[in-house]
Amino acid sequence: MNIHNLLTQIEKVDPEIYERLDSRRSIFKHFAGFGKKLAATAVPLAFGAMLNKAYGQTAPPRSVVDVLKFAFLLENLEAEFYKQAAATDIFPTSAGKGAFETIRNHEVAHVAFLKGALAADAPTYTAASFDFTAGGVLGDMTFKDYPTMLAVAQAFEDTGVRAYKGQAAFLISNNDVLQAALQIHSIEARHAAHIRRMRRDMMTNPAMQKPWITGKDLGGLPGFTQAIYDGEEVTTQATVKITGTFGGITISDAAASEAFDEPLTTEQVTAIVTPFLKK
Amino acid sequence: MSKLTKPNESGNGLIESVNKPINRKNFFKYAGAGAALTTLLISGCNDDDDGKFNGVVDPPPTPPVTGPTTVNLGSDDVGVLNYAYALEQLEAAFYTQLVASATFNTAFPDAKERQTLTDIRDHEIAHREFFKAAITAAAPAAIIPGLTPDFSKINFGDRTAVLTAAKTFEDLGVAAYNGAGKLLKSPDFLTIAGKIVSVEARHAAEIADLISNGTFANTGNNANGFDGAMTPTEVLTAAKSFVKETIDFSKLPTS
Repeated sequence: MNIHNLLTQIEKVDPEIYERLDSRRSIFKHFAGFGKKLAATAVPLAFGAMLNKAYGQTAPPRSVVDVLKFAFLLENLEAEFYKQAAATDIFPTSAGKGAFETIRNHEVAHVAFLKGALAADAPTYTAASFDFTAGGVLGDMTFKDYPTMLAVAQAFEDTGVRAYKGQAAFLISNNDVLQAALQIHSIEARHAAHIRRMRRDMMTNPAMQKPWITGKDLGGLPGFTQAIYDGEEVTTQATVKITGTFGGITISDAAASEAFDEPLTTEQVTAIVTPFLKK
Repeated sequence: MSKLTKPNESGNGLIESVNKPINRKNFFKYAGAGAALTTLLISGCNDDDDGKFNGVVDPPPTPPVTGPTTVNLGSDDVGVLNYAYALEQLEAAFYTQLVASATFNTAFPDAKERQTLTDIRDHEIAHREFFKAAITAAAPAAIIPGLTPDFSKINFGDRTAVLTAAKTFEDLGVAAYNGAGKLLKSPDFLTIAGKIVSVEARHAAEIADLISNGTFANTGNNANGFDGAMTPTEVLTAAKSFVKETIDFSKLPTS
């Protein structure tokens, strides 16, 4: 098979072929796994698959309004949770209550910002829109039991960070909204780190309770929350292996996974938060 | 300026690539097919080929340095990636020097704090090495060289001085990524930047809490719950005293 001539032919009808191939980094995985014993017949197959990817259909992009509406739902969920949580008297220290008040104020401000951005497109949410028993799973513990309240907070924050991350690319055409989303996204990450710190302070054996996510470790949350952390364990980014020894310092799988937070898709986030939405 | 993907003649929205036209040798190298292809019968050479392609990859050219002490970040997405690479180099160097310093244990007697700072060192090294590899793969001719950090003004033996410097770097890093997202054309690079910035924000929160518990989000526009966002000009003005080279960012995109 003459790949050179084939490329030349394609180049004649589409001068941008190399941009297409290069802009879809994932296609190179088709070749990446092949060893030296690659059968000659596999090349056309792989090459064809590669071109399919380059010229094939991609998932329909979400509109800026879709993204804003999704963020608005999540921020309302968080704001409503922190309004009720910060108002409880179950905090062992005033510092803890103060942190929840700070986070509540941020989430309320995010709701206000998104409501303004959505204008007439903004749906209406109230306290009655949400179910903080998570369909009965948490019973009445969410605002009565301090560890449960912190666990729910961690679940919301870590999910929120991954949710914004998964939406950012859909905002690439709108600089203002993209930057605002990034500014909210990193604040959510700061919240997540602090909630994790509060939970570490509460634990008797907090070795794995860090401000960052190690592998797909639950950080002390119950097993049914695994979907919040699945995928965080990756140690390769854009085909670059992150582990290794650099200047005498070894980057372990744990460190490599901690160094990058992973996005969640709209569908994954929806599945995680659905138990908290009134049917 | 809109960054909508440019429709091409066939009307498909396409992302502008960082290196166009991609060099064919590098394309095959990147595809991992270079080695494999040497064992295959690829009939003939392209008429306009230089005839050298045989799975042999030329060594990457020496990075362009416009002067002995000036480093040019370049333009487009690669320029933005170099910008991030420069910042990650500084952060990684700072924490590497801290953890290696003879006074680390005395400045930070709490083992948990030492673990936290060692974790952060590892994350920053991971970020630095990621950019080094990714830029080398995408645009080997455009990657900036290793920078020479200057931390002479930081007293590594003093906990407060170290944490204050760390907070400066972390808040700066978060604000830099938040301001740089809109400069990128490629959604893939934007997603990568997003993966890194939230980890930097986790660092920033923890460092702030180590200085004064509860100050994890006292940044940017705190009243509105917005983190900071800075332009490359603002970031590099704040960072320039920590690096010996002059960083030329004049060709970076501005929107």
